[in-house]
Amino acid sequence: MTAESRARAAEAGRRSWWAWVDDRLPRIVVAPSFAASVVFVYGFIAWTIYISFTRSGILPRYEIDGLHQYERLWDTPRWYVALENLFVFGGLFIVGCLAIGVTLAILLDQRIRTEGLIRTIYLYPMALSFIVTGTVWKWILNPGLGIEQLVQGWGFTGFEFDWLVDRDMAIYTVVIAGVWQSSGFVMALFLAGLRSIDDEIFKAAAIDGASLPRIYATIVLPAIRPVFLSALVVLAHLAIKSFDLVIALTGGGPGVATDLPATFMYAMAFQRSELGLAAASAVIMLITIFAIIIPYLYSELRGGRP
Amino acid sequence: MVRQRTLASALLRAGLFAILILFALYYLMPLFVMIATSLKSLEEIRSGSLLAMPRDVTFEPWAKAWTSACVGVQCDGLRPYILNSVVMVIPAVAISTALGALNGFALTKFRFRGSGTIFALLLLGCFIPFQVVLLPMARMLGLMGLAGTVPGLVLVHVVYGIAFTTLFFRNFFVGVSDSIVHAAKIDGAGFFGIFFRVMLPMSLPAIVVTVIWQFTQIWNDFLFGVAFTASVANPVTVALNNLVASSTGVKEYNVDMAAAIIAGLPTLLVYIFAGKYFIRGLSAGAVKG
Repeated sequence: MTAESRARAAEAGRRSWWAWVDDRLPRIVVAPSFAASVVFVYGFIAWTIYISFTRSGILPRYEIDGLHQYERLWDTPRWYVALENLFVFGGLFIVGCLAIGVTLAILLDQRIRTEGLIRTIYLYPMALSFIVTGTVWKWILNPGLGIEQLVQGWGFTGFEFDWLVDRDMAIYTVVIAGVWQSSGFVMALFLAGLRSIDDEIFKAAAIDGASLPRIYATIVLPAIRPVFLSALVVLAHLAIKSFDLVIALTGGGPGVATDLPATFMYAMAFQRSELGLAAASAVIMLITIFAIIIPYLYSELRGGRP
Repeated sequence: MVRQRTLASALLRAGLFAILILFALYYLMPLFVMIATSLKSLEEIRSGSLLAMPRDVTFEPWAKAWTSACVGVQCDGLRPYILNSVVMVIPAVAISTALGALNGFALTKFRFRGSGTIFALLLLGCFIPFQVVLLPMARMLGLMGLAGTVPGLVLVHVVYGIAFTTLFFRNFFVGVSDSIVHAAKIDGAGFFGIFFRVMLPMSLPAIVVTVIWQFTQIWNDFLFGVAFTASVANPVTVALNNLVASSTGVKEYNVDMAAAIIAGLPTLLVYIFAGKYFIRGLSAGAVKG
């Protein structure tokens, strides 16, 4: 083989090697993200599920021990407090956000000239961290100096408002702050839905003599049913994962009165060193969210509207 | 008759505006309370009411929140933690956005066998409650020697941000005609040539939406910050929470409020100046975790 032909062969080799790489570039580019997802999402979920079946305490232990942690979890009164709070908070949070969001969207849909400004005002809480929201509402709801003093100053001297430190009422303060933060966003979702409705529908219905509230109730709102579904999923998702807001507003207290599954999991994992119990509660959160999300994604991706 | 109708409709419109303004006041009230309280002295806070304008405006709470308020045992104000957040947010946003753009491009314009499955797998990562990865992530960061540090936090935000940035760019590139890619291929452009010279320049809107979304999410994150960083590396959300919770002795509500505004200002400014893109991101990424 001459030097020249060897160089040519090497050149061809390089070129075919490059062609090989070039061919697979899309795969190579996606590979790191895919690997990260496999390890950090799916691998980690698997690890957490595994740990939930062991007796792990401060340190992970890898001998399988059946449903021990789940049995303990369902024997823990604090877990029931967290679940009950999730139902109360989640239910009221979703209903409150939907009610305010739909109402505001319909009102804003009436050709309001200052719509842009009003929309900006309604939606800005969404840009804030839940920690900021919690801090502010903690001050507003402060028993003594907050709303209580304000209303007393108006002459209602007997007015008391101490939900923040009341075991039975504290969870409602979380609802108040949560609805304040997220209802504007629901308004935006619905406003976009309303804008997708043809004006002709309004005209036709008005000619038939239908009043505006009737048109909304019988034609428009049913037509944007998918928006209700999306809003519901988003809000349920937010509620189940609520963590920051509770920490900043009540710290989970008084006592553990405002514990939610997310704060319960955090406390078990990082304060009580109950890895197994923490993992079990996290797995239950995951199952709950997937029970909501997967049917939703399925119906969305299938493109079919139920 | 006609007159009556117009009177009724005028009244209706007035009522409509009244309700809208009432709600505007409801949303603005906490912002007002925050600003007003931060400008009052403690004395004025105790004697006055929540909604009163500050009589003697003082900036002392702001100065204290910025430089000398106690966060845990350290009394340097929020300044070092704002710095932590900035150092965390810039690389985390840049890396996750870049990866998302490449992924979105590859998964839509250079489809390969399995690309659909890969996208679905990535997408599902958007929805997991992060509690389910907290424990293994803490151990992984420990193994990598990144436990309790800002770079560790950057890694976490990048890893869990990719699913979302990929979704944004994928949705954008799906709407871009394939014929542009074909034409560029015929001209001999390769994968990166098409990406950098053809696609990237036209995807500015997607970049803006993604950057704003990631910035807001990462800046506002609390869970990862509190779980994975030790005190000196805390992002500002964690520091704010500690500042409010740890004031020993007299509670300084004015300092708390000034600190809350400082922590919230960056995302608030982004919202005010790029609200359109912010809302677009919100609706696109509504279901994210």
